[in-house]
Amino acid sequence: MKNNTQTLNLPNDQSTWRFLLSEMKPRGKFLTPFNIISIPIILLGLGLIIIRFIKGIGSITNLTQDTPWGLWIGFDVVTGVAFAGGAYVITFMVYILNLKNYHSIVRVTVLNGFLAYVFYAGALLLDLGRPWHVINPVIGNSFGTSSVLFLVAWHFLLYMVAELIEFSPAIAEWLGAKRARKILSGMTLAAVIFGITLSTLHQSGLGALFLMAKGKIHPLWYSEFIPIMFFVSSTFAGLSMVIFEGSISHKVFSDQISEKNHHAQNGIIHKLSKICAGAMFAYFFLQLLVFIHEQHWGLLTTGMGYWYLLEMIGFVLIPMILFIISYRTFNITLTRVAAVMTMIGVILNRLNVAVIGFKWEMAIRYVPSWMEFIVTLAVIFTEIWIFRWVITRMPVLRDSPSWVNKNE
Amino acid sequence: MGLQRRSFLKLLGATGLTLAIGETTHASSPNIEEDAEFNGILYDSTRCVGCRTCEYECATAHQLPEPSDKIAAVRKTDETCNTVVNTFQTEKGEVYVKRQCMHCNEPACAAACLTKAMHKTKSGPVTWDGDKCMGCRYCMVSCPFDSPKFEYHSANPKIQKCDMCAERMKTEKSPACVFNCPNDALKYGKRRDLIKEARRRIYEKPELYVDHIYGEHEAGGTGWLYLSPVPFEQLGMNTSLQQSSYPELTKGFLYSVPSVFVLVPTLLLGIHQATKNNHLNQEEEDEK
Ligand code: SF4
Ligand code: SF4
Ligand code: SF4
Repeated sequence: MKNNTQTLNLPNDQSTWRFLLSEMKPRGKFLTPFNIISIPIILLGLGLIIIRFIKGIGSITNLTQDTPWGLWIGFDVVTGVAFAGGAYVITFMVYILNLKNYHSIVRVTVLNGFLAYVFYAGALLLDLGRPWHVINPVIGNSFGTSSVLFLVAWHFLLYMVAELIEFSPAIAEWLGAKRARKILSGMTLAAVIFGITLSTLHQSGLGALFLMAKGKIHPLWYSEFIPIMFFVSSTFAGLSMVIFEGSISHKVFSDQISEKNHHAQNGIIHKLSKICAGAMFAYFFLQLLVFIHEQHWGLLTTGMGYWYLLEMIGFVLIPMILFIISYRTFNITLTRVAAVMTMIGVILNRLNVAVIGFKWEMAIRYVPSWMEFIVTLAVIFTEIWIFRWVITRMPVLRDSPSWVNKNE
Repeated sequence: MGLQRRSFLKLLGATGLTLAIGETTHASSPNIEEDAEFNGILYDSTRCVGCRTCEYECATAHQLPEPSDKIAAVRKTDETCNTVVNTFQTEKGEVYVKRQCMHCNEPACAAACLTKAMHKTKSGPVTWDGDKCMGCRYCMVSCPFDSPKFEYHSANPKIQKCDMCAERMKTEKSPACVFNCPNDALKYGKRRDLIKEARRRIYEKPELYVDHIYGEHEAGGTGWLYLSPVPFEQLGMNTSLQQSSYPELTKGFLYSVPSVFVLVPTLLLGIHQATKNNHLNQEEEDEK
């Protein structure tokens, strides 16, 4: 089943279509636990989205005039993009630092990043009141160039293209398009350089979005350094996602993975734990500096203060220490625990800036409605469906077909 | 192939630069001379009798529902009303305060808007353009006065806020609220003249006013200016706003964009070249 794609030579258009059609069909068992849970949620989510477009955003969300951005922006977009940061970090290590040891995880990470952008940034469309005008800032009808959001939106678009180029050799291998593959893989380095540059800017740009909300965001989370914080934390957020996703993929898709890469996996996770610890140390140190600089000691004993300490100590400092211990003791399980804790920390941080700490003093606080959660879950599940579809068809986790020149 | 790669890089660099430079030139602030010529409105709460005529007239002028008679303690503007008058019990008795969009000199909402739907017009009003707006609500997140309101229950939602009667001003001489105020609490004019007028009132009756024109410096200066008999925090006005403009807060970030676009790719390419040998070593290791 897997091997037929490798020798396919695409003699004419008709067979291409037949091939594509056959690839569209679902494979494997249908009634898996994941399917049983995800299908109803995706359907329900679709229904809710239809209601939302007929009756307005307020019909399924709890957003108010005081909290214009809720779960969809705070989690789907702001947090989702942070987790997609793994792609630029890993491509940096593989193509810029030439650390070929990590080569086996490049494709899956880039795929993950690409899909995250498509879906989570795509979720932005659901949140737009007048999405049919989204084209305005793209076609140059109306360029709001002084807007951070303009910058971020454009970078999302361009970065998706860059990631698609980075991933495209895998598509070419799947289709057996040898010439196309050669051209596309020749573009990889340029796409990587462009992509990393874009990532630096829009990861921090997501933080910069909140700079004008000075006074509305709790002072423990607001500082002029939000952009830097967002950028630094996106590195270990992305890598923790890589560790997390890799651990799951290696179980679920174990038939895809060659013996060699299977062994390499633990080594990679082990090394990533060290990088995570380093990045988190830098992040923690920065947060500490900002905290001392802003002299917020008095705020620590308030409710929000404890919440802040929980985030900083419980989900930054402690997972950082766990990463160090797991690196020293070669304890892969501990690395995974640390990765999950780090991810919780990143979720907390992004939500604290974008939602929880936003207008923290208000008597009636925004709490997402169950429908907002369902739509968010539906988005995530759909992404996983696509991810699974690609993994089982294209050479992402498994090795490239034999016709690919190894030394390229 | 090396050649191909290089020309592609050049192309990328060029695109990046245009995008980046476009951003800086536009990020610059409207110049100061111009701002002195903006039109504005002076609201004198010592003259306001709390009749709420302005609320009704504003609603009529904008085809909005008639304001409700139920007076909650402190009301806020919302998607169905652009202005509200609230009553506060203070040491000097009842004081009324009219609230609406402040028409900032350098509006955060306009800087935030990625489609330029929010826009500071040459004459002073900050207006919203439904043909451009995509409903992202970033203007609401950014506005220090929380003025823009969004129609959450519409399939074709609008952003609502005071537009200084931009439509009406094409034919009339003053906004609906100003024109209809029975007690001369509102005055429309050039912002510079209004500040002079406000100073004069404070100077002539220092016992009547606190010595503060709200809006002269708040958020970098606003089109609406306020006079009050009591300190403004007693009237529910935010007095902890910064004195410089809010778009200033993102300028540092936007200015850094071009340099990142130039420096980072160069740096990355440099590292890539420098670590090429590293790559060979690694391959050998792998092959073992
Ligand atoms: S008060 Fe708010 S909405 Fe009005 S001009 Fe200023 S920033 Fe814009
Ligand atoms: S909601 Fe409309 S007016 Fe407000 S920032 Fe977004 S596009 Fe601009
Ligand atoms: S200026 Fe016009 S829109 Fe603004 S409050 Fe007065 S009547 Fe309403």
